[in-house]
Amino acid sequence: MSTLAIIDYGMGNLHSVSKAIEHVAPGVRVKVTSQVAEILAADRVLLPGVGAIRDCMGEIRRLGFDQVVKSVADSGKPLLGICVGMQAMMDASEENGGVDCLGMFAGQVRFFGRELSENGQKLKVPHMGWNEVFQRHAHPLWQGIPDGERFYFVHSYYVCAKESDAVYGETRYGLEFAAAIGRGNVFAVQFHPEKSQHAGLQLLKNFAEWDGRP
Amino acid sequence: MGLAKRIIPCLDVDNGRVVKGVQFVDIRDAGDPVEVAKRYDEQGADEITFLDITASHQGRDTTVHTVERMASQVFIPLTVGGGIRKLEDIRTMLNAGADKVSINTAAVFNPEFVGEAAARFGSQCIVVAIDAKKVSAPGDADRWEIFTHGGRKPTGLDAIEWARKMVGLGAGEILLTSMDRDGTKNGFDLALTRAISDAVIVPVIASGGWEIFNISSMGSVLAARMQYWRQVFFTSDSTPFPKQKRSWPGRALKYVAESAPNGDDQGSRSR
Repeated sequence: MSTLAIIDYGMGNLHSVSKAIEHVAPGVRVKVTSQVAEILAADRVLLPGVGAIRDCMGEIRRLGFDQVVKSVADSGKPLLGICVGMQAMMDASEENGGVDCLGMFAGQVRFFGRELSENGQKLKVPHMGWNEVFQRHAHPLWQGIPDGERFYFVHSYYVCAKESDAVYGETRYGLEFAAAIGRGNVFAVQFHPEKSQHAGLQLLKNFAEWDGRP
Repeated sequence: MGLAKRIIPCLDVDNGRVVKGVQFVDIRDAGDPVEVAKRYDEQGADEITFLDITASHQGRDTTVHTVERMASQVFIPLTVGGGIRKLEDIRTMLNAGADKVSINTAAVFNPEFVGEAAARFGSQCIVVAIDAKKVSAPGDADRWEIFTHGGRKPTGLDAIEWARKMVGLGAGEILLTSMDRDGTKNGFDLALTRAISDAVIVPVIASGGWEIFNISSMGSVLAARMQYWRQVFFTSDSTPFPKQKRSWPGRALKYVAESAPNGDDQGSRSR
C-alpha cells in the first residue's frame, strides 16, 4: 500500500484534503503528520497551507520542514503544494510586509491590490469562488480534466512565476496569474482541489497515482 | 466567463437536523443535513452554508459530528455559522472540516473578536454574518440597521458602516441577511445588497427570501432552481419567483447568492 503524507504545520483544515484523497484513492494510506521521519518515508507528500504567509513560513522553518520539503523535492518523489503551500515554494511573498519563502521556483507572490478591475468593473478581493484554469502544458496531473475547467479559489495574493516553462495552468482575475506550477516531480496549485468537486478530486486522484515524471 | 457567481444553499440545522423557519419562527424538520448537502453538491451548488441554531451545549457536539460527516462526503467549501463566540469555537469547526466560519452576534458584542479571529486563522475563513432590517421611513433615504437574536433586537448600528468596520477588522466575506425578506419568498433585497457590496472590497453573499419545493423531486428541481437563480438574480432588479413554485408542497430550503451589483451572470460551474 503506498503512503501519502500531508505535512501538518498547524495551519488550517487538513481534514478536507485528507478525506478527499481517501475518497478517490482508497488504495493510498493518507497520514496527516508533523513527524519528519514519516514525511520522508512516505511515497508522496502534500504541502497544504492556509492563512498568512508569515505564520506559515514561520512554522515551516520552526519545525524544520523547509529542509524536509526541499529533500522531498530532490528525492524525485511526487510533491504537491496547495494554495499557500504553492506560494511558500516561491522566492518571496509581499504579504505581511515581505516574507522570504522556500525559493524552489523563481518568482514572487503579489497582492491583487485594492484597485483590481476587469472591463471597467471593480473586482472583489479575495478572489473567491470557481474560476477557469487554462492548461499551458500537458501534465499527468491534468489527465481527465478538460482545459478551462473551473476550480475553487480563495486567495488575495497570487503567484507571479519568472519561468514560463514552470507555469502549467493560468487563470484570469483582473490579470493572468499562475494557477499551477511544476517542475519534475513537484507540482503546485493555487486553487483548492479538495474543494473543487469532480475536477479537484480527479487532480488528487492523478496525484495519488503519479510516478513523479512530468 | 471568468469567475462564476456563487449560488450557496443554506441549511439551518438544529440538533443535527435541517430545519426551516419563516421569518425565524415556525421551525419545521427537514432531514439529515449531510444527505441534503450531498444532493446540493451533486446538483452543482458552489458552496454549502451550515447555520447551527442549536441552543444547548450537548447539541454543539452533535453539530461538530455533523460537520465532520459532511466534510467527509461533500467536496465543496463548507461554511459553518451559529454559536461561534470564541477562538476555540473556530478551531473546533475548522478541525471538524469547515472551511469558513460565520460570526454573527459575537461580532456585535465584541467586534475585536473578528480581528483576533482573522489574525489567527486568516481572513479567508472569517465570514461575518449581518442581519439587517430597513429602519428608514418610506420616502426617506434608505437606511438599514443591524439586528441580533434572529431579528428581534435592534442594535442601533448602521448596516453599511458596520460592514465597513467588519472588513477593516479582517472579515473575508459578508453574509448579508435582509430581515425584511428572510423567509418571505419575496427574493433578495437588492438595494441593501448593493449598498453593502459597494461599500466593501470583499465578496458579499446575499440571503433572505427563499424557495419552496417538494423534497422528493429535489434532484431535478435543484438544478433547475440554481439555473433559474443564475439567470434571474444576476440580471434583473427584481427577483420574481416562478409561478409554479407557489403550488409546490413540501419543504423549503434557503438559497443565498453572491451579490453582483452591476453584474451579469458570469457563468456556472455546473456541467
